[in-house]
Amino acid sequence: MNRGQSQALQSHAWLGWPLVMCVAATLLLGVPFRIYGLRLPEPVFPMVLAFAWPVIRPSLLAPFGLLAAGLFLDLFWSAPLGLWGLCLLLAYAGALISRSLMTGRSAPVLAVWYLALTGIAFLAAYLFVMLRAHVVPNLTGALFQLGATLALFPFAHRLIDRFEDADIRFR
Amino acid sequence: MAFRDGPLQDLKVPLAWTAVGATILAIVAAVVLLLAGRRDPAGTGGFPQARGAFSMVAKPVDAVLAAPVRWTRDGVDYVEGYFFAVSENRRLKHQIRDLESWRDAAVALKNVNDRYEALLKLKTEPPIPMVTGRAVTDTRGPFSNARLLDVGVEGGIKVGDPAMSEHGVVGRVVGVAKGVSRMLLLTDVDSRTPVLIDRTNDRAILTGDGSAFPRLDYLRGQDTLKAGDMILTSGDGGVFPRGLPVGEAVKDLRGVWRVRLYSDRSPIDFVRVLLFQDFSQKVGPDTFNESAPPALTPSEAADRTAALQRAAAAAKPAPHPLAPVPAPTPSAPGATTPAAPTTATAHPPAGADPDPQP
Repeated sequence: MNRGQSQALQSHAWLGWPLVMCVAATLLLGVPFRIYGLRLPEPVFPMVLAFAWPVIRPSLLAPFGLLAAGLFLDLFWSAPLGLWGLCLLLAYAGALISRSLMTGRSAPVLAVWYLALTGIAFLAAYLFVMLRAHVVPNLTGALFQLGATLALFPFAHRLIDRFEDADIRFR
Repeated sequence: MAFRDGPLQDLKVPLAWTAVGATILAIVAAVVLLLAGRRDPAGTGGFPQARGAFSMVAKPVDAVLAAPVRWTRDGVDYVEGYFFAVSENRRLKHQIRDLESWRDAAVALKNVNDRYEALLKLKTEPPIPMVTGRAVTDTRGPFSNARLLDVGVEGGIKVGDPAMSEHGVVGRVVGVAKGVSRMLLLTDVDSRTPVLIDRTNDRAILTGDGSAFPRLDYLRGQDTLKAGDMILTSGDGGVFPRGLPVGEAVKDLRGVWRVRLYSDRSPIDFVRVLLFQDFSQKVGPDTFNESAPPALTPSEAADRTAALQRAAAAAKPAPHPLAPVPAPTPSAPGATTPAAPTTATAHPPAGADPDPQP
C-alpha cells in the first residue's frame, strides 16, 4: 500500500468536519423561530453524509459516524433512539452497494440517486413511526421535510467533488 | 509500538468488504437500540437517563442560539406596538366591552356554583401550583414534536406534568433533568390526550399525527360534534386536570374531525407547567384502609341518621295489620341506626376493606 496515497485523505477532513457541521446546522435550525405562522424547515442534514461518504470511498469509520449522527438526531428531536441512525445507515448501505454506478457521474445522475436513497430513508422512518405509534404520520409534513432534505443535494455534491479524487484507489 | 510497525503490518484487509461489515454492525446496533426503547412503558422512546444528560448539555447551547431570535421578536413586537397602538387600543376596548358581560355572568354562576358545592359537600380540586419555563428548542417534524424547557427538577417538575401557554394546553412533560425538561406537544405522534366536548360532555381521545391539527379519535355516537365546538381536557386517566382549554373542532377535507389548537395562536415561547397531581396520585388505595374513618360531627350524625331513616321508611312495605311490631332499639349519637341495615352494611364505601385485618 502506498502510504502517501492513503494520507492524502485525512479522516477529520472528510468525516469529522462535515459531521460537526451537520450537527451545528441541526442545532441552528432547532431554534424556536416563527414569523407570520411560518417556521424554519427541519431537514435531515446527515443525509448529505449518508450519500456522499460511500461515493467518496468505503470506510470503517463512516457507518459509526452516521450511527452517532443518527443518535444525536434522536436525542435532539425526541425520536425513538436508533430511528434516524437506522434510516441513515439504510441510505448509506444502498449507496455503498451501488457506488460503482455513481462514481464519476454527472450531478443530475447523482441527484437522482440522492432522491432515491433519501426516499428510502424517509420511507423507513415513516413506516417505523407508523408501526410504533399506531398512527399514520402526517404525509404533508413528511413530504415537506423530505423536500427540505432534498434541497441539500448541492452540499452533498460539493463534498463528493472535493474528496472524490483524494484517494485514487477508489476512483 | 505503532500498529503499522508491528507483525501485522503486512496484513491487508479488503476495505470494501470491511466497510460492508462495519455497516451491518452499525445497523444491528441501531436495531437493538430501537427494540430496547420499545420496552419503555412511558412510550417516550426509552433511555431517560441518556436523554436527560443530553438535554442538560444541549440546553445552554440552544439557549445561546435562541437568544438572538428572542431579541429579534421582542424588537419586532416593540415596533409593532408603537405603530399599531391606536388600532390595538380600539380592539382592546371592544374586547373589554364583550368581556364585561361575560364577567357578570361568571360572577353569578360562581356564586350559584359555590352554593351548590357547599350544599352537596363536593370535594373540589385544590389550586394547582405552576412553574413558568421558556422553550429553547423546537422540534417540529412529522415524526416528533417536542420542546426543551429551561426549568427542570429543581422547579418541582415531574414526568407527566401538563403544560399550557396563555391560550391553552400545549402538551406534557416526558423527561426531566436538572435545569431542563422535555415537553411532548399535543401534535406529536406519541401524544394521546383524553378530552371532552364542552357542549355535549362527550368524550374522545386527541391523537397527534405530526400535523398542526391533531385528530379526535374514539368519538361515540353520530353528530356528536359541530364545527367550532370547544374541546377541553376531560381529566380521565389523571394526567391532565379537567376543563383545560385545548381548541375547537374542525373537519378536514376527508371528513375527519380534528382540533384547531388554541395554543397555536401564538409562538410557544413561554409555557406554564402545572404541578398537577391527580387525587389517585396523592392518596394511594392503602390510605383508605390505614385508619378508621373520622368521627362525624353531631350535626352530620343527625343528618345521616335522618337520611337513613327516610331511606328505610321509603323502602319498607306497608305493615300488615297482624304483623308483630319489633321492639325499638336504642341508638347512640353518631352510630348508624339499625333500622336500615341493608343501606348501612350491604354497600361499603369505595375503597373500604371488605375483610379488615385486626
